[in-house]
Amino acid sequence: MVEALNKALHQAMEADDRVVLLGQDIAQTGGVFRVTAGLLDSFGETRVVDTPLAEAGIVGCAIGMAVYGLLPVVEIQFDVFVYPGFEQIVVHAARYAWRTKGELPASIVIRIPFGGGVRAPELHSDSPEALFCHVPGLRVVCPTTPQDARDMMLAAIEHPDPVVFMEPKRIYRAGRKEVTDDPPFPLGQANGAPEKILSTARIARDGNDLAIVTYGPTVPLSIQAADRLAHERGIEARVVDLRSLYPIDVGAVTKAASECGRALVVHEAPRTAGLGAEVSSLIHERVMLDLEAPVGRVTGYDAPFPQFANEDDYLPSVDRITAGANKVLDF
Amino acid sequence: MTELLRYIGDGAGVPDREVPDGLAEKDLIELYRWLVLLRTFDERAVALQRQGRIGTYALYWGEEGTQAGALYACEERDWVFPSYRQNAIGILRGVAPSTVLAWWRGYGGGHGFYNPRDHRVGPICVPIATHLPHATGLSWAAKIRGDDVASLSWFGDGATSEGDFHEAMNFAAVFKVATVFFCVNNQWAISTPISKQMATATVVEKAAAYGMNGIRVDGFDPIACWKATKDALDRGRNGEGPTLIEAYCYRLKPHGTADDPNLYRDESETAKWLPHEPIGRTSAFLKRLGVLDDDKERAIGDEAKQTIAQAVVEMEAIDQPGREILFEGTYATGMPWTFEEGLRELEEVDRPPEVKPLGPQPGPSTGDHAEPKPGDPS
Ligand SMILES: Cc1ncc(C[n+]2csc(CCOP(=O)(O)OP(=O)(O)O)c2C)c(N)n1
Ligand SMILES: [Mg+2]
Repeated sequence: MVEALNKALHQAMEADDRVVLLGQDIAQTGGVFRVTAGLLDSFGETRVVDTPLAEAGIVGCAIGMAVYGLLPVVEIQFDVFVYPGFEQIVVHAARYAWRTKGELPASIVIRIPFGGGVRAPELHSDSPEALFCHVPGLRVVCPTTPQDARDMMLAAIEHPDPVVFMEPKRIYRAGRKEVTDDPPFPLGQANGAPEKILSTARIARDGNDLAIVTYGPTVPLSIQAADRLAHERGIEARVVDLRSLYPIDVGAVTKAASECGRALVVHEAPRTAGLGAEVSSLIHERVMLDLEAPVGRVTGYDAPFPQFANEDDYLPSVDRITAGANKVLDF
Repeated sequence: MTELLRYIGDGAGVPDREVPDGLAEKDLIELYRWLVLLRTFDERAVALQRQGRIGTYALYWGEEGTQAGALYACEERDWVFPSYRQNAIGILRGVAPSTVLAWWRGYGGGHGFYNPRDHRVGPICVPIATHLPHATGLSWAAKIRGDDVASLSWFGDGATSEGDFHEAMNFAAVFKVATVFFCVNNQWAISTPISKQMATATVVEKAAAYGMNGIRVDGFDPIACWKATKDALDRGRNGEGPTLIEAYCYRLKPHGTADDPNLYRDESETAKWLPHEPIGRTSAFLKRLGVLDDDKERAIGDEAKQTIAQAVVEMEAIDQPGREILFEGTYATGMPWTFEEGLRELEEVDRPPEVKPLGPQPGPSTGDHAEPKPGDPS
């Protein structure tokens, strides 16, 4: 995924000289996760910038640049370090369009590597996506495959709305997959394609017995759980990779729930007021009569992300997802 | 550039200055003992990380003087607030070294965390500059209560860019509280050199903007760090408000065990700073003073090695915390029902296999994280 994101940034910067990158340690070293490796050499230090250590400054300046007409892509080094920039995201990035009847949106992309599973020290493993989904005016997306990462990054840059781009760091380097060279739409010619790419879910595994709705680091785990269910019980689960966390592709979610009659939501973030609550409500509100069981949830717990020796206890595992699925199936 | 306060010369061209008042012979030896203990901890922690016995680790090799010197100037009742770079400072205040090692091993609860009130040492702070307002608030509270308690926080050159730094400085100056802002200017914030961090020539000149005292010291000279801190605390206790200390030095090692400085800086420049490192320099100084000899030096080194070796044994004797730890102590009293449900759910599924910290990371990589390992659950 790292290479795919890098490729997208490269393509976007080549296609449009208004695209600039801001972040800590992104230029000289290519970022802590190497997502921006090589871009300094290709595009120079005015467009690939190692900033001072200040997230409010980074996001706020990106907004100012966007107002002037640039297309900034901001890197937050790790999930929790976005918080000093949170105010800028909430009170300005999300509201420029609203104040101008949509005419002057703050067209920025905020990249946030997030989540646990990498044995990191305290405060390097949070999943704060729900906080952003709660802010009207933002789009929140999360790719899971390298191809999606490439396509969604290009779409996020092209799309006029501010996009919070959640990058699941646990699968940054999971399996290298080829990514197409051709962009998913002609760059620079907005034709509705970015909007579509940023708001549709993906069926990551087919099935008709149980809908598992998930995103990010728990997509591959949910697929494994689905395979196990097929093996152990002959149950075929459909895994829906949301990709867009706001707005949710409600059509894909309700279709899956209604066709399967049973649904489970899986995410790594804490449960209360998380995406699972939203997805579950949408399903219950819209297709309750098609359901054989209440929608289940397998999530991180309502507890601070633990120190890493216990992170496997916290993270939804294939075991926990399977157990959660069995509960819904055996209701 | 502002003159650096310095006491320890180089034994050749640069002369030693007289030891400042307040540091008797026994203090010098005790301060040296602290330096050696910190160094020993740090070197052992790096070795443990290489062996996969703790996770990624933020080393402070070369910055011991900024830590021990400043802490030695504090009274026992004063509070200090470390960043991750001063992670082991608590061991000089009675925190078990095994607790700090356990923190780096990924253990939580009482295994890896200490109670700040037991030692007047704030928690190891990871998000940059966020602990600075706490130091301000603490000494402000002491002032409100009429107590003679000061505070000190350590942070880096990079931290001066964060809003929390400026807010903490301003509050401290406005309310004239006894707090010391101790900036360890090691000239690097991961890969970002100070020239890209700020447009001022020094950190210390920022003090003027807030109306507080500022002093710039040789960060490799523990005596200078002690003296500047002592004076700052005395002023603070006198009602003269906060002080910003800039301890000018150089980050002699990688940012953390997962970092490769060759990606962004010329390590031959680093080599030039190496002779300034504080342990060898202090030892030579104390020998010139006749306060330390080889035997005593060896004894202090042996004692430190033993203390840390014992800490490693203690750390490894801790059983990996059980999964209940996820839900412990998040609230001061009891558990909300969501926790009880979570615990029940957790007990229903089989316990995942034992987790050992990842071993040495394949480079190249930078930053304070463990690189996701290829083939991680996907
Ligand atoms: C708010 C926040 N943003 C980013 C980081 C990631 N990070 C960890 S250390 C570091 C550099 C800190 O440099 P400096 O303040 O000079 O301290 P030093 O590491 O040199 O001791 C960065 C950017 C963080 N920990 N917190
Ligand atoms: Mg620094």
